[in-house]
Amino acid sequence: MTSALNTYRAGADERGHFGLFGGRYVAETLMPLILEVEQAYRAARADPAFQAELDGYLTHYVGRPSPLYHARRLTEHLGGAKIYFKREDLNHTGAHKVNSCMGQILLAQRMGKRRIIAETGAGQHGVATATVCALFGLQCVIYMGQTDIERQAPNVFRMKLLGAEVKPVTSGSATLKDAMNDALRDWVTNVEDTYYLIGTVAGPHPFPTMVRDFQSVIGEETRTQCLAQEGRLPDSIVACIGGGSNAMGIFHPFLDEPGVRLIGTEAAGDGVDTDRHAASMTGGRPGVLHGNRTYLLQTEDGQITEAHSISAGLDYPGVGPEHAWLKDSGRVQYVPVTDRAALDAFQMTTRLEGIIPALESAHAVAHAMELAPTLPADHLMVINMSGRGDKDVNTVAEALGADMGETLV
Amino acid sequence: MTTPGAPSATTPAMTPAMTAAPTAPLSAGTTPSTGRLQARFAALRAAGRAGLVTYLMAGDPDRETGQAVLDGLPAAGADIIELGMPFSDPMADGPTIQAAGQRALKAGQTLKDTLAMLARFRETDTETPVVLMGYYNPIYSYGADRFAADAAAAGADGCIIVDLPPEEAPELTGPLAEHGLHLIMLTAPTTDEARLPAVLAHAGGFLYYASITGITGTRAADEAQVAAAVTRLRAHTSLPIAVGFGIRTPAQAAAIARNADAAVVGSALVDRIATGDDPLGFVAALAEGVRGARL
Repeated sequence: MTSALNTYRAGADERGHFGLFGGRYVAETLMPLILEVEQAYRAARADPAFQAELDGYLTHYVGRPSPLYHARRLTEHLGGAKIYFKREDLNHTGAHKVNSCMGQILLAQRMGKRRIIAETGAGQHGVATATVCALFGLQCVIYMGQTDIERQAPNVFRMKLLGAEVKPVTSGSATLKDAMNDALRDWVTNVEDTYYLIGTVAGPHPFPTMVRDFQSVIGEETRTQCLAQEGRLPDSIVACIGGGSNAMGIFHPFLDEPGVRLIGTEAAGDGVDTDRHAASMTGGRPGVLHGNRTYLLQTEDGQITEAHSISAGLDYPGVGPEHAWLKDSGRVQYVPVTDRAALDAFQMTTRLEGIIPALESAHAVAHAMELAPTLPADHLMVINMSGRGDKDVNTVAEALGADMGETLV
Repeated sequence: MTTPGAPSATTPAMTPAMTAAPTAPLSAGTTPSTGRLQARFAALRAAGRAGLVTYLMAGDPDRETGQAVLDGLPAAGADIIELGMPFSDPMADGPTIQAAGQRALKAGQTLKDTLAMLARFRETDTETPVVLMGYYNPIYSYGADRFAADAAAAGADGCIIVDLPPEEAPELTGPLAEHGLHLIMLTAPTTDEARLPAVLAHAGGFLYYASITGITGTRAADEAQVAAAVTRLRAHTSLPIAVGFGIRTPAQAAAIARNADAAVVGSALVDRIATGDDPLGFVAALAEGVRGARL
């Protein structure tokens, strides 16, 4: 990044690029809309009234700040680094997704848009979007792959209760990437009245930057809380990566703190040496999809392949472009975590801390479980507990071969 | 780049609007060239009619069937051919072309196969312009330089890359220009006067006007809307203007051909190829509509 020699926090550049990555690779029909979003976002950022309104909703509706919680028993069990959880699972709707939804829904209203569309994989972003649409009385259409609808039935019903229309997507592999394709097709068709509320730090510029900015509240709070509770910054931060919005949110305020080690965990599914994983940075290569250049899972011929993860929220063949840039620059380390390791971490967190983590967040815990025992007791490690795992109990039961009616042993 | 005031071989006075465009950026698109596209549009002008542009997906439903349709298009009346390069995630396309891409990919079609298909077409037809149409990732994956070289060698005349707006186009225009290929730019009803010059700065060959906001193969714009849009575009460019999206019948093609320099038919033909319902006979009917439009 030419304009950012001494900082990792200046991106994207004015054309939406993070070095090689990012950009605006969309059909011409959408370009004017995307420029309109960018302009509106820039104006909102400069308007103290916008930030004040957002802060009000984050405090009184979402329930921020979320606690920075010392996971004492997990720390003792692992016998190394002192572990904290950043409790995004305690937000209204049960995950970090609502931070960006709240920001974007206020922006959409400033732009005069009354119809909101979104894509969802696990359903968390769909639920958060349907929630803010209900809050402001806006029409809401959620695109969700048919495969995901079948495995996330409770969230589908939740969205419907909130008044959203859930449109099943049957094209392609009928998962998150196809839901995003159909949302883009909707947007290109309904350009006048519709706002596309993208759920992660991906898509065309300005979405990766805007979603990151709205999610940075996680990292800003972590900084303040860690200073208050420990008198210093953390030594390491671990967060899971699907598109990467919770990780970008907690990492970004620390990018220029060389003493803070940042680790992103990608979903390795059955293993990155198999063809069933979602680790686009470990197992993919740069390409262009959904409006940006980033690391993608693809064939030799440039066709996008299906991702696999036990966690529907990480089941995406790409990653946000800023992560791609942070990987290449070496500032953030990205490691793969398998379904198996995430399942173990899911159970351990539940048993030791009484916190059922989202399967997504369990990928971060899994790596921390490996790393913490190798570190000294005065090493402060923060894990971003990006969401709660109630939505995942059916999936976990199935994976463990347990009957939900029986007691687990 | 042509300098202002320099004579341009490709800017014959088609309409007053076209010559009265002193502010139009003189771009790569107005660079004198003797390519197949220029020759074809010049011939169409001389004949006093618009052209028929037909789209088909390479390798759909399989290589041999696709090749047979492609090879038969000129005789059936197609003036220009758009050859679709299949992509797994065609985000600007409707169900028909999505399905065609999936069929082609399932049959094993690769970018290399698509170029080979074009090379085989060129063994019997050296005059009909062929434009490769698709999405950027397969090209980026193949390598932009290598793609431009191989596409030119196969006999392509240009490319339409749906997800490469002017903001990102420079990374492909260089390699294409080096090998004498045009980048054909899309404009849409949402492309306003302020933005149009940026689109035209990269445009070559012809300008593709997507007449509706939406995806391919759904609805069509009416004749009056298209006429107004074409008039507006002509004030900014001397490039020929092809109009597409939602044109399904000979009558619709004729209505477009009364105003535009060419009418593009895609999904309706792809449907006929999918069902094996005499696709070349359908092209002949479309051609008849287009050829009779200004009589």
